[in-house]
Amino acid sequence: MPQTTKMITSRFDQPDSFTLSGYERTGGYRALRKALAMEPAAVIEEVKAATLLGRGGAGFPCGTKWGFLPPTVFPRYLVVNGDESEPGTYKDRLLMELDPHQLIEGVLICSWAIKAKQAFLYCRGEMALAQERLAQALNDAYAAGYIGKNIMGTGWDLDVVLHWGAGAYIVGEETALIESLEGNRGMPRLKPPFFPASKGLYMQPTVVNNVETLANLPWIVNNGASAFTAIGDPKAPGTRMFALSGHVNRPGVYEVDFGTTTFREMFEDPSLGGGIRNGGKVKAFIPGGASAPWFFEEHLDMALHPGPVGAAGSMLGSGAIVVFDETTDMVKAAWRIVKFFAKESCGKCSPCREGTNWLEKIYRRILDGHGRPEDIDLLMDVADNISPGLAWPPRQTTICPLGPSAASPIMSSVRRFRHEYEAYVNRGGGAT
Amino acid sequence: MARLNALNVERAKELIGHYPRPKSATIPLCHLAQEQDGFVTQEAMTHVAELVGCTPAEVYGTASFYEMFKFQSVGKYLVGVCTNISCMILGGDELLEHAEKKLGVRTGSTTSDGLFTLEEMECLAACTEAPCLQVNYRYRERVTHDQFDQLVDELRAGKHTNEIPAHGTVARVRQSIPSDRRASKDVF
Repeated sequence: MPQTTKMITSRFDQPDSFTLSGYERTGGYRALRKALAMEPAAVIEEVKAATLLGRGGAGFPCGTKWGFLPPTVFPRYLVVNGDESEPGTYKDRLLMELDPHQLIEGVLICSWAIKAKQAFLYCRGEMALAQERLAQALNDAYAAGYIGKNIMGTGWDLDVVLHWGAGAYIVGEETALIESLEGNRGMPRLKPPFFPASKGLYMQPTVVNNVETLANLPWIVNNGASAFTAIGDPKAPGTRMFALSGHVNRPGVYEVDFGTTTFREMFEDPSLGGGIRNGGKVKAFIPGGASAPWFFEEHLDMALHPGPVGAAGSMLGSGAIVVFDETTDMVKAAWRIVKFFAKESCGKCSPCREGTNWLEKIYRRILDGHGRPEDIDLLMDVADNISPGLAWPPRQTTICPLGPSAASPIMSSVRRFRHEYEAYVNRGGGAT
Repeated sequence: MARLNALNVERAKELIGHYPRPKSATIPLCHLAQEQDGFVTQEAMTHVAELVGCTPAEVYGTASFYEMFKFQSVGKYLVGVCTNISCMILGGDELLEHAEKKLGVRTGSTTSDGLFTLEEMECLAACTEAPCLQVNYRYRERVTHDQFDQLVDELRAGKHTNEIPAHGTVARVRQSIPSDRRASKDVF
């Protein structure tokens, strides 16, 4: 049986989970009180000790990231990345819609720890309900004295500003998010030389954290780092929310103990995926969002743990698992993901801007029955120009990982299902 | 075709006050403009530029990067069907094709009565509820073809107006920071 602790989804079944009264009644803002009684440095130490890995995609330890801020430079900012748009990913929206105060309390704890006086909550533009719930929650938290001037009598001031985007996947990349927040086109910044920790928003020290990452902080402060590391795997402690979609009987968003549950349990356990639809078998699955290379049958008994998943050549990314059963057309599946990256390329770097669009055109030709035998290797060749070596972790000829991400579905599907590409090419004649 | 009206200028000034630098309010102000007129007009972008202290070209440069901003009139209801990977393998393409037939327009176009604009959307973060769509950014999940027809008929009959405002309005709840609760000015 997979272990499931309800750490950050504990209020999801509660009808008033998104209200201040519902949050306070279930222990809300207790962690803030406790954190404010600690020195900021002690809060950072606690989070470091918890080994809270970032839940946005890169999986970088959260406390370590905070530690990169230059100690004497102020003001500094916290920017919350709520621009969830990686295909397959569905968790941050739930956290914002169903438990906005938990996120706000996390924002407060982080801001106190890093000594910020202003935080920006960047919510994806298309998420109207999440924006409404966050706006109401912020208004209520200001009125209750949790945010604003002289928070809970400590003399510390913090403004939390809700900001929402207007539709652009790339803005989920942290430097593009900062550009967008400054009122610009959401194009990533070249790094090095500057990383957000030293020069981020308005060229000031900035922490960019994902929604789910921050939502963990109240629990960690309330229960302590050792209680947190006791759940899940010691190297990947706590829980994680996974969106399980595709050809399973019970698609859903599941919070499971991190690093211990296997893919097979995730797909088959009656309380989780409940098996493959129509009693079928797994043909392939995406373990961590559209950017991740695909996994297959032989990976089913691997734990959802960043260590082994990374060693096997993929990632857990943003906690997005998409399951393909045997009926799935793998060429078409790969095309759809490549089409997404082609559309969302911001246009700053040539290999991505040109490459992803050429790749999409080649796919369309193959799917339309006009593919040439050499097109299959051409796909791999163009992908190799964006991500040399087609290896994992991907190498980049671009500023950000968007372009190299388009190589993932291509190399996965061509290497494993080359015969499906060949069938398309040999069939010819406009078959779809 | 208008600059921001007096009420929206007040709102714009409040929003600008939320940021250390006025230009950060560019996207929120374009949302205000779209809320007022249904799309972002040239006059509104010029007005936004005056308010945030940059050129109209800079405002257009920013706004044109983002999918949600429209620069010509769209339907009262923007119907966006997701066809990304999780929806595609569970009928997203078929749903979009059905939507074209039901509405009688191709993807990207507006019905002649000006009520509906149909769009193909990228992943909407409802992957476990495929296939999904949004009407003015309000979700409908695990949508069957019959349910789609019913939704369109009901919208035509004037239902759902409480839940789904006309295109342009995203969140109906605004953040307002009371002046006596605002963090001290030295942070700016």
